[in-house]
Amino acid sequence: MNNEMKMEFDARSENESFARVAVAAFVSELDPTLEEISDIKTAVSEAVTNAIIHGYDGITDGKVTLYCRLEKDVIHIEVEDTGRGIPDVEQAMEPLFTTKPELNRSGMGFPFMEAFMDDLEVISGPGEGTRVLMKKKIGCTPWIGDGE
Amino acid sequence: MEEDFKVIDNYLMVKMPEEIDHHKSSYISENADRFILRENVSNVVFDFEDTRFMDSSGIGILMGRYKKISCFGGKVFAINADHRIRRLLMLSGLHKIVEIME
Repeated sequence: MNNEMKMEFDARSENESFARVAVAAFVSELDPTLEEISDIKTAVSEAVTNAIIHGYDGITDGKVTLYCRLEKDVIHIEVEDTGRGIPDVEQAMEPLFTTKPELNRSGMGFPFMEAFMDDLEVISGPGEGTRVLMKKKIGCTPWIGDGE
Repeated sequence: MEEDFKVIDNYLMVKMPEEIDHHKSSYISENADRFILRENVSNVVFDFEDTRFMDSSGIGILMGRYKKISCFGGKVFAINADHRIRRLLMLSGLHKIVEIME
């Protein structure tokens, strides 16, 4: 089964729950387990929160784009912002690394995305915005790669 | 929302909401800190009985409160956490500094 959806919303924190609930509803036709839904919601929440507080630094008229595609039993999720970008992606993905400890950020956003999805790719650079691409296979076995 | 924060002896009890994300987290952190300061409590207990969703913002709340009270010998507890919340606490290594109880 193939299906896709795309939406754009303001970089406001109240849209974090809207985004994760929308993705959970979209993936429901693949009949995911509660566990899988929970994993996806957490990962989407992390990516969208990053766009809002890091990408746009709290400037709420920035736009976050959320794109999802179902391909057979795999959901592809892309979260994109056109904000400040990440100078060092590798460092940003390290557990506990955060540039905003004063906001009680834990530095666990990317590690949680990595743990709960089968595949995570981050495309970013200073002033270039950020694209987070995630994949998860719905079903009991983890997603392995192309051709699987 | 004030009723979600209760002081019993030397413990601040925080009833966590159904969903814990960045949008909700600053309210919880700010109120917890206000109570810690005002009531001079040394321990904080986070009750996850009603919580059905949490992301890393919840980890940030616990981590931040731990930093505030641990230097005075205080402890952070997590109670009624379901297996998903426990998994987040484990993944972030928080189970080493936060006492997880039934």
